Amino acid sequence: MSIPTTERLRPALRIGPTSWRLHPRAVVCSASATVLVAVLLVVDLAYGDLRIPFADVVRALLGDSSGVNAFIVRDVRLPEASVALLAGLALGLSGALIQTIARNPLASPDVIGVNAGAAAGAVGYIVLFAAAGSTAPSGVSADLAIPLAAFAGALIATVLLYAAGWRRGLDGRRLVLVGIGIAAALTAVTSWLLVAARLQTAASAQVWLSGSLTGVTSSNELWLLAVIVLVAPVALWQGSSLNIIELGDDTAHALGVRPSRAQAKALLCAVLLAAVAVSAVGPIGFVAFVCPQIARRLAGTSRPPLLTSALTGAGLVLVADVITRLWLTGLAVGVVTSLVGAPYFIYLLIRTQKDHLS
Amino acid sequence: MTTLEKTDPANPIPVRANSSRSGSPRRGSWRIVVVLLLAVLVCAMLSLMVGNVGITPTRTIQVLFSADGSQASAIVHNLRLPRTLLLLVVGLALGVSGALMQGQSRNPLADPGLLGVSEGASLAVVLAIFWLHISSPVAYGWFALLGAGLTAWLVFSISAARGGPSPLTLVLAGAAVSALASAIITSIITSNVSTLDQYRFWVVGSAAGRGLDAFWQVLPFIALGVVLTVICTPAINLLQLGDDAARALGVRPGLHKFLGVCAVMLLTGGAVAACGPIGFLGLVSPHVARFVCGPDYRWVVPYSGLIGAIVLTLADILGRVIAGGAEVQVGIVMALVGGPAFVVLVRRARLIQL
Repeated sequence: MSIPTTERLRPALRIGPTSWRLHPRAVVCSASATVLVAVLLVVDLAYGDLRIPFADVVRALLGDSSGVNAFIVRDVRLPEASVALLAGLALGLSGALIQTIARNPLASPDVIGVNAGAAAGAVGYIVLFAAAGSTAPSGVSADLAIPLAAFAGALIATVLLYAAGWRRGLDGRRLVLVGIGIAAALTAVTSWLLVAARLQTAASAQVWLSGSLTGVTSSNELWLLAVIVLVAPVALWQGSSLNIIELGDDTAHALGVRPSRAQAKALLCAVLLAAVAVSAVGPIGFVAFVCPQIARRLAGTSRPPLLTSALTGAGLVLVADVITRLWLTGLAVGVVTSLVGAPYFIYLLIRTQKDHLS
Repeated sequence: MTTLEKTDPANPIPVRANSSRSGSPRRGSWRIVVVLLLAVLVCAMLSLMVGNVGITPTRTIQVLFSADGSQASAIVHNLRLPRTLLLLVVGLALGVSGALMQGQSRNPLADPGLLGVSEGASLAVVLAIFWLHISSPVAYGWFALLGAGLTAWLVFSISAARGGPSPLTLVLAGAAVSALASAIITSIITSNVSTLDQYRFWVVGSAAGRGLDAFWQVLPFIALGVVLTVICTPAINLLQLGDDAARALGVRPGLHKFLGVCAVMLLTGGAVAACGPIGFLGLVSPHVARFVCGPDYRWVVPYSGLIGAIVLTLADILGRVIAGGAEVQVGIVMALVGGPAFVVLVRRARLIQL
């Protein structure tokens, strides 16, 4: 078979019988995103009420645990910063997967009901239990109970999604439509709880709903880390099947990929990632929507690059964490991700628009 | 629902793929429009009759046309008539603008709030509560209209290009501006409890306590929106083929996109100003309409509007009945009942390609 000569040959990575297409700009992009995320992590750990020199931060991260600075970095700031990093990774990857499966840039975990389920779970817990016990809704157990309630809510939403979307196999695009219905119903449950609750309870629920990193513990971190380590490689591996599905169902069959099964698997990965991230930091939907789109524009690919999207997500949440700690102390991280991410995305949109015009 | 991120103009399968499947292609017909109109009348009648005090159909019609100062007459004229009119108009506006928005953006997940209109209107209302301490629904209405107009203009100018914005950029710009507005709203209401207290009742969407003045306030905007819709709907079918093909067939894409965006802004802005941001309805009624009449927007738009009016009125009636003496807001009821209903519909029907 001859290759059409008008097309420039793309560089490829070949190992034995397998080969991958190499997309230089995407590789450069994810490499620089990795460096950027590492730098942001160090900055996030260094700034706060007490400014710690970067060298000390790096030393503490590499295992030196002597001295006050190391204690602050490792025990005080690291849980929050690493939850920010991991939640961002999970949300970015989840958004990229869902947008690829649905073939729609508007799809994201909050569109298909994962965030709505988590929100209903957490708000239900806050309204029904946390408020009934004492005037201060945050007891000792609340640290873990709210994330658990949120995760349970997200899982219920997922089970509903698959149960209702199953009809002689799964179709990614039908799942998204089913998800919209489930999301609407669960969001209505949340708003009804908010309207029915006393004002103080509604206010504390609203704080959780805006997505916040205060009060995250190392158990959140372990949860997130475990799920990401288990799910992310599977998700990244699915990327190649998703690429093939883009060519159409018939072509995919011919190349040995079962579209509905691969999509269902990838969607499950995406939903799990989003569920665990959202239950740790609250429903910050915007990260999962915007990061794949930002990554796509930076890497210049035709669909959201999975790895770069995940790294962009981590970067965005870390930036938001630094900003909330230094300047906008009253605001939740979820709000700041939108305040920072939306203008940057609008700038990218205007710039690409200009490129098309000229 | 095949919507690629970059729609290939040389490949206009979406419109035709539907008819090649089993059975005859679904088409709209005037008969179903008449049936839907009758259903709207029945819903309106029910909405006048049902509530804490039930009124018989004959009595309702009697007092409707000749007010006689009785209790039934007062209930119908002062409470239920304004509310029913408002619900019908808002439902129609949301259904029509949802269909327009999905057609304009070529995206089945687009809802009328996507232009940033809902969030922009909400932001204006929050600022009105926060800075000016305003607390009457009609005053909220004017602020909501102002906010809706400003955000729609902002979104349109961000995505502006020659020949009108590309559908993808329009949708993404709308989503980004919405997120920004919503972040500002959240940062205000989490720091100020009294603003949250007023805002949380406005934001769920309700038609309770609105008088006829709210109806007359938004009617001109929605009427103008409907006129613009009638002008620009036939071109949507051609715009589905891509801008180049549409231009070759005699459509001016830039003009029609601008008209469409104006229509969506007027309709959604009016609806949000009257009843608060009611999500979901504008997203779902076009899908329901497509299940009945296939992908032709000349039918989808009116069907979707009528279905929107029916669903919203029914949801409001249900909200009055289910909680006994209390009342559940229409936005909540609609999503709570409509969500599962939509899931059932999606499961049963074969998917319509856009």
